[in-house]
Amino acid sequence: MSVYINKDTKVIVQGITGSTALFHTKQMVEYGTQIVGGVTPGKGGTEVEGIPVFNTVSEAVEKTGANASVIYVPAPFAADAIMEATDAELDLAICITEHIPVLDMVKVKRFMEGKKTRLVGPNCPGVITPDECKIGIMPGYIHKKGHVGVVSRSGTLTYEAVHQLSEAGLGQSTAVGIGGDPVNGTDFIDVLKAFNEDSDTEAVIMIGEIGGTAEEEAAEWVKANMSKPVVGFIGGRTAPPGKRMGHAGAIISGGKGTADEKIRVMNECGIEVAETPSVMGETLIDVLKKENLYEKCKTH
Amino acid sequence: MNIHEYQGKQIMSDFGVPVPKGFVAYSVDEAVEAAKKLDSSVTVVKAQIHAGGRGKAGGVKIAKNLDEVRTYADEILGKTLVTHQTGPEGKEVKRLLIEEGCDIKSEYYVGLVLDRATSKVTMMASEEGGTEIEEVAEKTPEKIFKEVIDPVTGMTPYQARRLAFNINIPKEAVGKAVKFMLGLYDVFVQKDCSIAEINPLVTTGDGNVLALDSKLNFDDNALYRQKDIADLRDFDEEDPKEVEASNFDLSYIALDGNIGCMVNGAGLAMATMDTIKHYSGDPANFLDVGGGATTEKVTEAFKIILSDDNVKGIFVNIFGGIMKCDIIAEGVVEATKQIGLTLPLVVRLEGTNVEAGKKILDESGLNITSADSMANGAQKIVELVK
Repeated sequence: MSVYINKDTKVIVQGITGSTALFHTKQMVEYGTQIVGGVTPGKGGTEVEGIPVFNTVSEAVEKTGANASVIYVPAPFAADAIMEATDAELDLAICITEHIPVLDMVKVKRFMEGKKTRLVGPNCPGVITPDECKIGIMPGYIHKKGHVGVVSRSGTLTYEAVHQLSEAGLGQSTAVGIGGDPVNGTDFIDVLKAFNEDSDTEAVIMIGEIGGTAEEEAAEWVKANMSKPVVGFIGGRTAPPGKRMGHAGAIISGGKGTADEKIRVMNECGIEVAETPSVMGETLIDVLKKENLYEKCKTH
Repeated sequence: MNIHEYQGKQIMSDFGVPVPKGFVAYSVDEAVEAAKKLDSSVTVVKAQIHAGGRGKAGGVKIAKNLDEVRTYADEILGKTLVTHQTGPEGKEVKRLLIEEGCDIKSEYYVGLVLDRATSKVTMMASEEGGTEIEEVAEKTPEKIFKEVIDPVTGMTPYQARRLAFNINIPKEAVGKAVKFMLGLYDVFVQKDCSIAEINPLVTTGDGNVLALDSKLNFDDNALYRQKDIADLRDFDEEDPKEVEASNFDLSYIALDGNIGCMVNGAGLAMATMDTIKHYSGDPANFLDVGGGATTEKVTEAFKIILSDDNVKGIFVNIFGGIMKCDIIAEGVVEATKQIGLTLPLVVRLEGTNVEAGKKILDESGLNITSADSMANGAQKIVELVK
């Protein structure tokens, strides 16, 4: 088992003919992901890298049997691409695109209410189940198959955590980047729930950052529902208030959304929080040893 | 992106949201001319800077005649205002808003923001106008009323009415307040605002509802389709290095320390700052080169970091995903060649194309200290700038 994706996931790439999409499509194929098609309006009937290209998502789904999509479409058109994936009733749409206007995402969220598709992102690195399926832009080689779930608002910090885990011999069940935008499809609680129910996941690393209150809400959920240990890290302890730290969602405003407040609530809810990003792996190992899960998680 | 109060009021006025009559002035003479045109018994002279708290800092004056307009305009123009939002260095006033005074009966607060918990736009209103809304939220949260707006219908009249009654707007002014709120919502969604805050909204002796102040912020990601808003950007209000960085699509924020940072990804960039601080160093900036950086962009990033005289050393921390390590390495080599870097430079590379990146750095013959982890790199650069 794993979360959201596995070796049977069939993926189409929306915006496949763009240079970034093409580079990462090759990387995904190399990793072993089943990329069954691509979509670029107007280029239907052609092929790139031996992959058939279609004009619309519904046509691509019909012809290939895809159940997931990864979106690399430029920001002005990305909201429409997400809605097209939703309309085609895919199980999963992962949107890598950053800089989507937030009011576009407000409409997209409303559009997706009550529909089947799960959106991950936007502005995220994607989802990977090591050795089975990689959907997104993360470097595949740092990952190792195993039993630690990773969920994060930041792409590069996810890599950092995964790298530390793999170096320490702790593989991952699935790593999910939920993205750094204020409005996104899948939140911490969705992923924590999935990890809680996943028989392959023994423990979770949750990586947050300043801005909003998603980490606090997730921590309360963990306290009330989670049967597996969770450790955390919060980026931006030293960020000045009122400044947007790159991510549209990473801003301390009106005294809300500080790292210290998040860490306080997480600690209160029984989540061990790493002091620096360099000790995310060590912090998890300490907790696993306490919970007698270390041997189980160690990849042999 | 921020704009000035007078620009915000112009936009609101274009959408039928009532504001006092006023003109912008760049000089004392223009201020007096504006006051003449207004021909009002009381004229307000307001400093235009991108920060709140102007009144308390002496940036807002009430003039009873043209001589007083002249005196106050002369006093405020060129003055450096220090408010709780400007930082200790303050901001120099280069523009004034000359506005007709009005007979204020009561002050209220109305604001629109994106509520992250519901992923919807939310209007907040309170009868505690004129004070900071954060303060009201802390001391008397029961005095703040909220309406969550469905993007399909937009704000509905009943929601606006409910807010108006809840904040005790006199019933004869409720109709005007409703029109005001609906108009403000239109501004918010049609102009891609991230914040629209009216503090205070006032009712006047003659039964009008007016925006006495206006704070509009815009979603940077939507500026491509809001050209008229983008044109309002006032570069005098921004850090020149941040402006330069934004020209190259780099996300840069100046800080007070002496260690320049170049990182990919906002989360890692924040974590790098945190780690430098943890080892008792002081970051000079936040800089996210983003996912689509080219060699030219990396070179520019280097130049921007080095244009800060406080910088005594640079830490490059890259974990390549969408960003390829060899691109970063080429940029670092190119930039150091162009600029003739003499400061200590620590580079940590990991991720996509890492071997190619390390090879480029090794073969460059440049004096680069390499690090094998973020902690290791942070420790090294902190040591080197001592």
